Amino acid sequence: MATKIQSDAATALAGLLFDGMTVMAGGFGLCGIPENLILAIRDSGVKDLTVVSNNCGVDGFGLGLLLENGQIRKMISSYVGENELFERLYIEGKLEVEFTPQGTLAERIRAGGAGIPAFFTRTGVGTVVAEGKETREFDGETYLMERALKADLSIVKAWKGDAAGNLIYRKTARNFNPMMATAGRVCVAEVEALVETGSLDKDLIHTPGVYVHRILKGPAYEKRIERLTTRPRSEKASA
Amino acid sequence: MPWTRDDMTARAARELKDGFYVNLGIGIPTLVANHIPPGVEVTLQSENGMLGMGPYPFEGEEDADLVNAGKMTISELDASSYFNSAESFAMIRGGHIDLSVLGAMQVAANGDLANWMVPGKMVKGMGGAMDLVAGVKRVIVVMEHSEKSGRSKLVRECTLPLTGKGVVDLLITDLGVFDIDRGRSAVRLVELAPGVTLDHVRAHTEADFVTDLA
Repeated sequence: MATKIQSDAATALAGLLFDGMTVMAGGFGLCGIPENLILAIRDSGVKDLTVVSNNCGVDGFGLGLLLENGQIRKMISSYVGENELFERLYIEGKLEVEFTPQGTLAERIRAGGAGIPAFFTRTGVGTVVAEGKETREFDGETYLMERALKADLSIVKAWKGDAAGNLIYRKTARNFNPMMATAGRVCVAEVEALVETGSLDKDLIHTPGVYVHRILKGPAYEKRIERLTTRPRSEKASA
Repeated sequence: MPWTRDDMTARAARELKDGFYVNLGIGIPTLVANHIPPGVEVTLQSENGMLGMGPYPFEGEEDADLVNAGKMTISELDASSYFNSAESFAMIRGGHIDLSVLGAMQVAANGDLANWMVPGKMVKGMGGAMDLVAGVKRVIVVMEHSEKSGRSKLVRECTLPLTGKGVVDLLITDLGVFDIDRGRSAVRLVELAPGVTLDHVRAHTEADFVTDLA
């Protein structure tokens, strides 16, 4: 079996990028984003991208870098409030956006990876999200049909991974990464630690290796914090 | 004196019941966590993939991999669990969360809620709000009663794009508390902020409402 392990992000993406492609990128805000793969996509210059991601990074970091570089034609997202350039490009008509409720976005991606072409949900009934979509009644309640999402490439970030492509995420950095790993025609994963096969607890693997085609250890992680909130040490611990 | 943000969120916190699983929206609703009544234990759900959200971490213990839906650093508790976004919204959509507290731009007498977009002006997206109002058992809205211009935000019909139709159970503003009941019955003013008169509320409210308060 050919190795899944890649030396760096640019090598990991070799032969996978083309103008006009659809890319899914894991992360919630800047938490759990594939930092190194995003940089490699920026450096590749590939353009007219449709990007599926819950958010679009911030000005100057994460997917915001691809936006600044004019590489994104369309975003499929639930919330983009942290990015001034995004709002400006959208209002000026230079960026197409498909706003999708967060839970619907997660389920559309899950469905895409699970071979389910569409599903029904109450989310968005009676709102602009429902425009042009089929509705159907089940047990007296109206539901909206939402289509599955797939991508030419998904890029995800995990905490630990092995040569088999098994992945374990850490805390809330998991978010959209596991579903996206399943919904890309090719999935490239970057990890903080590439560990010896056999050393991960097999009961605790979040993404089984079948979904991951290429894997690399990121050389560095900035892991920028969007909103640092703390309490002073003198305060007594309370929930 | 109309209620402050702190007063409004403290009032919202009185709707919490022991054992509830609760989702707090970003912004003002986050403050509800500071007012949980003694003897009431609730579990906070964060839609980015955590159940059992703890307080802000101690200085120096912040972790970039541990944030809430507002992207603020938080901490974990002994009973906390982590999960992916699809699982998180299965919890929400599937009716497993007891209560959600959300902010709003407009609430209508028929229970409609608008809180995600001002066409041509503010384009941020709905995040998880549409899923929350579609799936959570009880939805409480906390908002200022009027816009800065003075225009009532409790309206006959929403003019802004909707987040959900007939989804608001209870509305708490700086002037008082309104039972909206998802629009199944007339809006009822059930509580006035201290020192706020009924006439004042009538003069500042576009939607019709009934009340037993004098």
